[in-house]
Amino acid sequence: MLKNLYIYRYRTINFLKTFFSQIILILVSISCIFPLVWMFSAALKTQQTVFTDMSLFPKHPVWNNFVVAWTKANFGVYFFNSLFYTVVVVFGVIFIGSLAAFAFSRFKFPLRNFFYILFMATMMIPIPGSFISLYILLTKLNLINTRIGYILPQINGGLAMTIFMLKTFFDKMPKDLENAAKIDGCNKFRIYLHVALPLAKQAIAVMVIFTALGVWNEYLLAMLVLSSKTLMPLQRGLMVFQGSHMTEYPLLMAGITITIFPIVTIYLLMQKYIIKGVMAGAVKE
Amino acid sequence: MKKSIKYKDIFSSYLFVLPAIILFLVFSLYPIFKVVELSFFEWDGISKFTKFVGFKNFIDVLFSNKIWWKSVLNAFYITLIALTIQNGVALFLAFCCDKDIRGAKAYRVIFYLPPVLSGIVVGLIWNWIYDGSYGFLNHMLTVLGLGQYSRAWLADPKTALMAVALIHIWKGFGWGFIILLAGLQGISRDYYESAKIDGASSFQIFKNITIPLMIPIFFLVSILTILGTMQIYDLIISTTQGGPGYHTEVPITRILTTMTGTSRFGYACAMSLVFGAILLILSIFQLKVSKKIER
Amino acid sequence: MKKNFFNIFVLFCFLCICFGCNENKTNTNKIVIWHWMTDRDDAFIELANKYKNLTGVDVSFELYAPSEAYSSKVKAAAQTNTLPDVFSILGAKRDLASFINAGHVANLTSYMEENNNEWKDQFIPTSIEINEFKEGNPFDVEPGIYGVSIDFSSIQFLYNKTMFRNAGLDPENPPRTWNEFIDANKKLRAKGYQGIVGGFGEIWFLDCLTTIYAYNILGEEKFISTVKGETPYTDPDWVKVLSLFEELSKNNCFATGTISMINKTSEQTFANEKAAINYNGSWAVNVYSGMNPTLEYGVMAPPVYNSKRPMYVWGGNGSSFMVNEKSKHKEEVIKFLKWFTAVEQQNFLTDVTKNIPSNKNSLEYVDGVLKDFAKTSDNFITSWKYNIFEYPSVLEVLDKGIQSIIIGEKTPISVLQEVEQVKQKEMENF
Repeated sequence: MLKNLYIYRYRTINFLKTFFSQIILILVSISCIFPLVWMFSAALKTQQTVFTDMSLFPKHPVWNNFVVAWTKANFGVYFFNSLFYTVVVVFGVIFIGSLAAFAFSRFKFPLRNFFYILFMATMMIPIPGSFISLYILLTKLNLINTRIGYILPQINGGLAMTIFMLKTFFDKMPKDLENAAKIDGCNKFRIYLHVALPLAKQAIAVMVIFTALGVWNEYLLAMLVLSSKTLMPLQRGLMVFQGSHMTEYPLLMAGITITIFPIVTIYLLMQKYIIKGVMAGAVKE
Repeated sequence: MKKSIKYKDIFSSYLFVLPAIILFLVFSLYPIFKVVELSFFEWDGISKFTKFVGFKNFIDVLFSNKIWWKSVLNAFYITLIALTIQNGVALFLAFCCDKDIRGAKAYRVIFYLPPVLSGIVVGLIWNWIYDGSYGFLNHMLTVLGLGQYSRAWLADPKTALMAVALIHIWKGFGWGFIILLAGLQGISRDYYESAKIDGASSFQIFKNITIPLMIPIFFLVSILTILGTMQIYDLIISTTQGGPGYHTEVPITRILTTMTGTSRFGYACAMSLVFGAILLILSIFQLKVSKKIER
Repeated sequence: MKKNFFNIFVLFCFLCICFGCNENKTNTNKIVIWHWMTDRDDAFIELANKYKNLTGVDVSFELYAPSEAYSSKVKAAAQTNTLPDVFSILGAKRDLASFINAGHVANLTSYMEENNNEWKDQFIPTSIEINEFKEGNPFDVEPGIYGVSIDFSSIQFLYNKTMFRNAGLDPENPPRTWNEFIDANKKLRAKGYQGIVGGFGEIWFLDCLTTIYAYNILGEEKFISTVKGETPYTDPDWVKVLSLFEELSKNNCFATGTISMINKTSEQTFANEKAAINYNGSWAVNVYSGMNPTLEYGVMAPPVYNSKRPMYVWGGNGSSFMVNEKSKHKEEVIKFLKWFTAVEQQNFLTDVTKNIPSNKNSLEYVDGVLKDFAKTSDNFITSWKYNIFEYPSVLEVLDKGIQSIIIGEKTPISVLQEVEQVKQKEMENF
């Protein structure tokens, strides 16, 4: 009898817990989804109805906006460019960043803390006019208006956070595994590649998402470094719809909707790794 | 013999950090050096002439620029809110999604949507929500019978900063969420299983297993929150432009106005160094606290 | 499998980088023009094509937007001497002066004045003034004209005719004096309409409004002497100027929240008939024709406060092209710019971009609401008409102070005391 009551109470509490959690989760979800829905519906309206027609799905949707946006913004060329920049920068940031983070976390070498603090400092000092110094530098290096000139500063820009983040995750890595690998005759690089990287899978997936998002949305640096239209990233296309005085909202929204797809796809791909890590965790094996 | 192994070890260690250090030396050091140099000069950003003024810029920023310190305080205020509410929400959501609550898969995708959104859309939507005459928030208040509280949220000095902070939280919790989730997912389920077998309640598991294992991640998230929030500005530019008066000014908007609006590059550089020092002190403080807790 | 993928990836990177370098070579025999005007880019390119067909000269317009990105690009290029043949400079006249003093901008006076001022005389005087430095200017710039204005804008009040009619006001006779203006606002409120909306969060709008009323109340002489630092800002006349904002605020003339609004939000409000009066620039004509073509609105010059003195209208902040002093084909560039600012091309630009042309003879071509904007062009004033320049930091405190006055946080006199303090400090510094 008493036992039943306990179970009953336990169930009620559990039910209430899930119930309230679900309510909060749903509310937050709505606030996250709404802007996307609004953006999509705005992309289907006209410049005249975009702020007057409050319906989420307009009666006469202008699907053509997407076509116009694609052609007017010249997305065909820019899309490839952005894809290329994103892949290269993400790869560079993760590779160089994880190497350094691993060394900072695992090895002892002179000036280790000095360099680590130096990297952290770049996250803290906002550099006004850094653009001007960068431009001077790139001109001297003859990298103005080249793809490398656009890629390298971005890799450098992503490094500090990557190192910081990955170091935290490497620090958590159990020492035993590393020692075991050492006994097996692995050199440092192989330990990094075969032990450390798989263990930090979640953190790396997170950094891939962060970096990709940053590169995908970048345009200030592109404007500074690049001048040929054939080298410009996607965001240059969106600029067409935003005059200094005049904004073509529906086309802009259609453009943004198009540009958001790849980045959401990257997120969907990566978040699998964040979750998968549990099952394939090396500790368990 | 032993010595050569040691050198070889150091050398191979350096190979790991070398690419990062080279990039840093080329692309970060020069701009930073330039900022430090310029902070001792008066320069308008264009002309060929610079005037050496010594520590004058720093002294002015530190001791006689009230507006600057107000902007720093504003940033602190937003940061405090972000640290508590934003990270609290992020942790709660990450915790829910870590457990197999119904719909967890969908939530994981949804919660990361705000950071993906373009700043233009965020600005448009929130300007509409906060609008004083036909805004969504006022409309909701009227419907709920709280019409007397309605106001122009971004133009009222009492609410402007809070309103901006709220947008920031909303836009930012996805970042914290995903890092925390990655951390939670990294904890081996064996710990939970064995604790459950030992008869520990879910709260005890949370307190004795999850929290200690998550402390480095908490530290990571909180420091990223501090650095990210203290340096916000694009949100402010697309909503209030620092107004009304100086109520929503933050350090970066001040630095930018000084640089482009008033064309005082040297002074702006001094501001950013002072600001960098503040962030550095904050980070070191954070580091100390987290080390103490970890012990 | 994994290795294969990696190899392909490396190859892919390599190829792209090679391509990237190849595309870098540019034709050195063409005129390169940098600008930031997204909405005019298509029209510019069309004109460039036309020019190529006419003369065989290649003109390439390169767009860099948004304006902050453009600004830093120009400043950076100036540091490395890599500015294009033609560019425009965003920002205050102080910045233009710095560019000139650093030797980046060609003095166009001789070209403007050749053949009996042929080129110069075709412009509206304000358009010349924008790019002109006079004798004794505070920046020590050699007197001359340093830019070619392609269009200009004016900032005035727009009003919704339908709402005026509904509130019992004559839509064809908008208020002309200050008191009429306040009355009109009261009537609009009584009808449940909101009054003035504007992008007052972008403080330079307040700048424009303050300056024209300061000229009207103080008179030119006193205004100039204040800027020169001879009359303090705490002068009773200045208090009167700022009290205007207090009066507007107390009479509930401002739309809710307009004080920290960005201009694009304020334009939405006016276009959707949520406010009756809008303080905005002539570019708004283009915005409203897109957002609400049925909007029935007119333009009214700022209402006069002191009828004994002239009431100016803010105007002139258009866009101009500067010629690079170090350009290799200066003569070609000048030829192109002369063609570019001739009536036919100016008419074309007016048609497509709906801006007020800088060519006098194209003014007749302007029609509709834009014509009302251009109508007062004799009364246009810019901050540099009298060769005087206020420190930007002083203006900032003044404008931010006005925001505080409007939300009832500060009084005019306390704001002016702060302004005067900053002014004193700046005068000591320089």
